[in-house]
Amino acid sequence: MTDLLRITDLRKHYGALRVTDGVTLKLAPGSIHAVIGPNGAGKTTLIHQISGTVRPDAGSIHLADHDITTLPPHRRARLGLARSFQITSVLPEFSVLENVALAVLGARGSAFGFLRPLAAEKRLNDAASTVLARVGLAARPASLAGALSHGEKRQLELALALAAEPKVMLLDEPLAGAGPEEAERLIALLATLRGHCGILLVEHDMDAVFQLADEISVLSQGRVIANGTPAEIRADPAVRAAYLGEDF
Amino acid sequence: MTLLAVQLLNGFQLGMLLFLVAAGLTLVFGVMNFVNLAHGVQYMLGAYLGVTCASLAGGFWLGLLLAAMAAGAFGLALEWLIFRHLYARSDLDQVLATFGIIVTLNEAVRLLWGSAPLELPMPDLLSGSFMLMDGLRYPVYRIAITAVGLLVGLALAFLVNRTRAGMLIRAGASNPDMVNALGVDIRRLFRLVFGIGAMLAGFAGVLAAPLVSVEPGMGENVLILAFVVIVIGGIGSIRGAFIAAILVGLVDTVGRTMITDLSHAVLSGQAASRLGPALASMLIYLVMAAVLAWRPAGLFPART
Amino acid sequence: MKLPLAIFALLALVPILSALGVPLGGFVPLLLGRVMIFAIAAMSLDLILGIGGLASFGHAAPLAIGAYAVAILDAANIHDAVIVVPVAMAAAGFFATATGAVALRTRGVNFIMITLAFAQMIYFAAASLADYGGDDGYTLYSRTTVLGAKLLDGKAFYPTVLVVLFLVWLKLRIIAASRFGRTLSAIRQNRPRAQALGFNAFAVELAAMAIASALCALAGVLLANEAEFVSPAFASWARSGDLMVMVILGGVGSLHGAILGAFAVVMAEEALGRLTQHWPLLFGPSLVLAVLFLRRGIAGIGGRRD
Repeated sequence: MTDLLRITDLRKHYGALRVTDGVTLKLAPGSIHAVIGPNGAGKTTLIHQISGTVRPDAGSIHLADHDITTLPPHRRARLGLARSFQITSVLPEFSVLENVALAVLGARGSAFGFLRPLAAEKRLNDAASTVLARVGLAARPASLAGALSHGEKRQLELALALAAEPKVMLLDEPLAGAGPEEAERLIALLATLRGHCGILLVEHDMDAVFQLADEISVLSQGRVIANGTPAEIRADPAVRAAYLGEDF
Repeated sequence: MTLLAVQLLNGFQLGMLLFLVAAGLTLVFGVMNFVNLAHGVQYMLGAYLGVTCASLAGGFWLGLLLAAMAAGAFGLALEWLIFRHLYARSDLDQVLATFGIIVTLNEAVRLLWGSAPLELPMPDLLSGSFMLMDGLRYPVYRIAITAVGLLVGLALAFLVNRTRAGMLIRAGASNPDMVNALGVDIRRLFRLVFGIGAMLAGFAGVLAAPLVSVEPGMGENVLILAFVVIVIGGIGSIRGAFIAAILVGLVDTVGRTMITDLSHAVLSGQAASRLGPALASMLIYLVMAAVLAWRPAGLFPART
Repeated sequence: MKLPLAIFALLALVPILSALGVPLGGFVPLLLGRVMIFAIAAMSLDLILGIGGLASFGHAAPLAIGAYAVAILDAANIHDAVIVVPVAMAAAGFFATATGAVALRTRGVNFIMITLAFAQMIYFAAASLADYGGDDGYTLYSRTTVLGAKLLDGKAFYPTVLVVLFLVWLKLRIIAASRFGRTLSAIRQNRPRAQALGFNAFAVELAAMAIASALCALAGVLLANEAEFVSPAFASWARSGDLMVMVILGGVGSLHGAILGAFAVVMAEEALGRLTQHWPLLFGPSLVLAVLFLRRGIAGIGGRRD
């Protein structure tokens, strides 16, 4: 079976600064591949290039069989790439349910419907309700997304990605800012997604990474300095050097 | 051929006037991200004050000096009274408030000076014309405007590129947060930019006054052309404003005739005399569209 | 929901009262007719400005295009709405699509300036149409008929405009609640998120501009008929500014608020105009004060959230 996501020799530099310096990554179907690395390693720029907001200088990105290297973000989304944002990014003026219903619409439907109220589109809303139940927001469909607590927003963020039933989910620090209990809940939730879709996980919480990941790539100064199973990474001296002093 | 030469010169001269108006505006947009529709009012005020000051002070030159300073002072007063309360507000609020100021001042000018167009006589020193080539005389005054525009352009380039204030202005245009973080009082910086911009626009108004009719609402036509200049040149860029101003000036003079000639060459006489003028008047906007299609942020964007 | 219906009921009261013989004079229907025409234009602007967050400062352009469609067809001796209205709407929609494709490549201040510039282009283009009066404008030979019926003439004018206003309001409300309207709003609220969800923000916004422009052309058709005259001034930047003021005063995104905003602006011009010929000296400052001190528009007075 082909890899869901295949990043080949990706390069991006700003002036003399090589932010992405020949990154190659593969994401196998149904697996969770974590990308870790110290601050400034180039994780965020990598995510931007995969999601389509930054154009790489060289290299290619394939989503299943499609070369998506130069596609705009919405085309990538339509091909099955969903993402969560590092800083919570929801539609603040809409209800939780409507947020997710729009996510379903964005992935599978057309925005060019002018007559029927979105609120009356049963199929979209039913699909959205199912997703809300999965992420544990079933009790709050009518709340305004902007009024949710931080943890709930993280759950909604995840629901927006899930609603697309994507081939690949790109999760940019899904646990950022979550308390210990929330984090535990989110980790359990992420674990249930294994096998449904491929997940590329960028995360600072090392406990979560080592609990969840099937494969880990370590990024440092724009390069992948190590790649392997959690056990292999734990034992890798280069990784220890890059993370010197960090608890891990 | 001689016609083309005249139009080239006219184009440069219009470009310089536009540059004087656009220079301050592009910095105001760039540094403070402030939408100031009322900038054209400074140009109009400059022209009116020029007429009045010249007749009171008894001469064009003193009138020019007084009017430019008065226009600058008026701009600063507006800034202190109203604009500074709007910096943190949305684009829409800024548009609305400055629109209100235009409406007010156009009418105030009508009340004070009347609706009839006024004239400002050219200074004697520059009222002559000289032989450009055989059989073609060109007014000295227009050449003088072009020269003054070039000088101001050079002075601004020096100010922006070589002085500490200029460095801060450039930094502010490319990254306002950084300037704030450096602990520079960006409000004071902005007041400086604003004052200079208002003064230059007023100055341009006085310079233009002998060539155009001085009337209420005269600022807005120039303002919208200045917008086109800023959009083409890239927000926040003095260099962009300079080059785009010349481009717009030339397109509006030379291009206009060329389009008219061209349409006569391509179309039949009647269709040409119908379509030609319409196309010619749309030309600068089409050029703007073409530049934007190619470079959405303009030719020399300050912010990357 | 109650407020808009109350507004329409009040507007409908005028022809009923005058049919019952209450002496309103010609003045009240005339003025309210104007209010309603500008309300149609302002409401269409509210689709892109309020719901889509696209601050177009060039909405007088489709208004003028609609009006000039009436004039140009009038000169060709075509007067029926069956042809006039589709032509007007298609022309305005085309204009918005062409200019929007450029303007939407930019955001914020640039977008405002570019839309303003394109409207100015229409102004100068109209002024150079020598066959249609150039700067001086063009006086219509005949008002537009609807399938031969004189629905835009005399006593029929007001009710027709009211019906059009109601239909446009209804249509915009339906659009606002539809997939399209909610997506447009989502793009305004959070563009990167909407794109990451799979929405083509550019296409949606461009379509919104075309729809708003086409609906505004309806107002242009009505305005030309009301005045029996068109001129380049229909496309002036000040007219665009007035439309923007109407939307913002009425409260952005509320649609019916645009009717209140149009009422406020037209009445202010009229009332202040009676007080002094220098009425802009009162209107301008009150605008500035309104921006400085009224943050939620007229519809927001009293802190009511709609």
